[in-house]
Amino acid sequence: MSAGVYIFAEQRDGNLQKVALELVAKGRELADRLGQKLVAMLIGYNVSGLPKALIAHGADEVIIVDDEILKEYVTEPYARALCKIIKENDPEIVLYGATAIGRDLAPRLAARIHTGLTADCTSLEIDPNNNLLMTRPAFGGNIMATIVCEQHRPQMATVRPGVMGLPTPDEERKGDIKTIQIDFKNTDMNIRIREIVKENKIKKDIAEAKVLVAGGRGMGDIDNFSLLRELADLLGGEVSSSRAAVDAGWIDQDCQVGQTGKTVRPDLYLACGISGAIQHLVGMEESELIVAINKNATAPIFTVADIGIVGDAKLIIPKLIGAIRARKENTDG
Amino acid sequence: MNIVVCVKQVPDTNEVRIDPEKGTLIREGVPSIINPDDKAGIEAALFLKDQLGGKVTILTMGPRQADVALREALAMGADEAILLTDRVFGGADTWATSCTLAGALKKMDFDLVIAGRQAIDGDTAQVGPQIAEHLGIPQVTYVAGLQVEGDRLIIKKQFEDRYHIIEAETPVLLTTISELNQPRYMTMPGIFDAYSCKEVKVWNAESIEDTIDRSNLGLKGSPTRVKKSFTKQAKTSGLVHEVDVEEAVEIIVDKLIEKYII
Repeated sequence: MSAGVYIFAEQRDGNLQKVALELVAKGRELADRLGQKLVAMLIGYNVSGLPKALIAHGADEVIIVDDEILKEYVTEPYARALCKIIKENDPEIVLYGATAIGRDLAPRLAARIHTGLTADCTSLEIDPNNNLLMTRPAFGGNIMATIVCEQHRPQMATVRPGVMGLPTPDEERKGDIKTIQIDFKNTDMNIRIREIVKENKIKKDIAEAKVLVAGGRGMGDIDNFSLLRELADLLGGEVSSSRAAVDAGWIDQDCQVGQTGKTVRPDLYLACGISGAIQHLVGMEESELIVAINKNATAPIFTVADIGIVGDAKLIIPKLIGAIRARKENTDG
Repeated sequence: MNIVVCVKQVPDTNEVRIDPEKGTLIREGVPSIINPDDKAGIEAALFLKDQLGGKVTILTMGPRQADVALREALAMGADEAILLTDRVFGGADTWATSCTLAGALKKMDFDLVIAGRQAIDGDTAQVGPQIAEHLGIPQVTYVAGLQVEGDRLIIKKQFEDRYHIIEAETPVLLTTISELNQPRYMTMPGIFDAYSCKEVKVWNAESIEDTIDRSNLGLKGSPTRVKKSFTKQAKTSGLVHEVDVEEAVEIIVDKLIEKYII
């Protein structure tokens, strides 16, 4: 009988990724519902300091594979390590973050093990028959589909980062830590990393920001776009965008919100000159407060906005900056 | 270099609308296109052929109408195309789809297999890596850059926060993202050739029966299935104000104060 909820605890450069903790939190819920244990699989190099956080967030056990070949992500060594753990432990469920790593690794494993895999889930539940219900956007975000994997085990899913919540950890929580050895002979498969280039992370991750000032095609040009930076700074937030602004070269792709960008849930999402195509809405519609400015009264962004302004963002934003600045000076006085 | 590009004909999901009363997809009038990530794959293959010579074959699993997508790829410059079509392939999830495509690939000579990263209807990004596993060849996904150096491919593999420059030897499977390149247009002579002297071979389940296990085909062969699909509840929209700039600013500032943002 398969048993256990297992999660892939993704780390990069020896740092646990936030999605790993989100998976532990969600995994804990599923494990409790099934009355089974929650196990985190930690694959990497020099990662012995990381299990504590996984246990504090809810893991009962952490299985570690620590080897220099795992320092930087390459498919085959990671696949071999996970495959061994899964085959030896016969879990009921395995979860991965739907990141560039998770979406490279999970399908390879699902094919190796011959089981079902559901991609980019935004919701996971257990049904009355104890099967996993995996719900995810499809058709470019136009519909939601609930997928089941009834006959094959483990039931596997990649989970969209930033959607499952993150409760407070319990530092007193105890758990087991197990280290296993894997034979990595012949895992290079003629793939060699020649160079690793880390990209500009000085900018804060928009998924962490409490306030997002977002710009779309309606901002007109790159100079108007820089106004959004000023407004974001005043509000203590970051700048994000629709795909149109990224395609126009006004901002980097890592600031893009939407189906092929990031999912965000800030306290304030101020959408300036964004029409609100469904692919964008799926990335931000769960924001606490949505304020939208668009010249077109029928723009779909208004279907999710708490406050909608029909107007020209290029004219409103400078005045808005002035008004907020004035208010700050008065109240700071 | 002998290259096979796996492509999918998809509805242009950017054009799909929801029927507000029934809550269902309106598919009528939605054009069918070559999946954008796959088109980048076709261009990558043609680019490599321009540099190294060889042959580019396009492979798709789909209904009869997918022939149109194959003709477009031939008109761009591909040499041959294979349409894998059979009722028994229907309802396939990514396991069954990848088994079917791998079954066809096992009957072909190739140095390189290219697939798009993900389709804009299924959105899974799973078929490429699963084909690679069935074929027992390495994979490099999220290909954002591609060059040739002697007998090696030099690939830029994109992550969220970094990229790798990777050296790979063939055989290998790549999944391409649409940011990789600007696909070339079909030419008039290309379109003519696509419908006259170039061939779309049609294969069915029987054509690949020696390279597949029948139990892996179609809905019956799929470990996963769709239990239900639904359109999302539209978030109740708030007030929309058609006001001048001054009043707009006042409304926004008041709301921000109310919510303790400023």
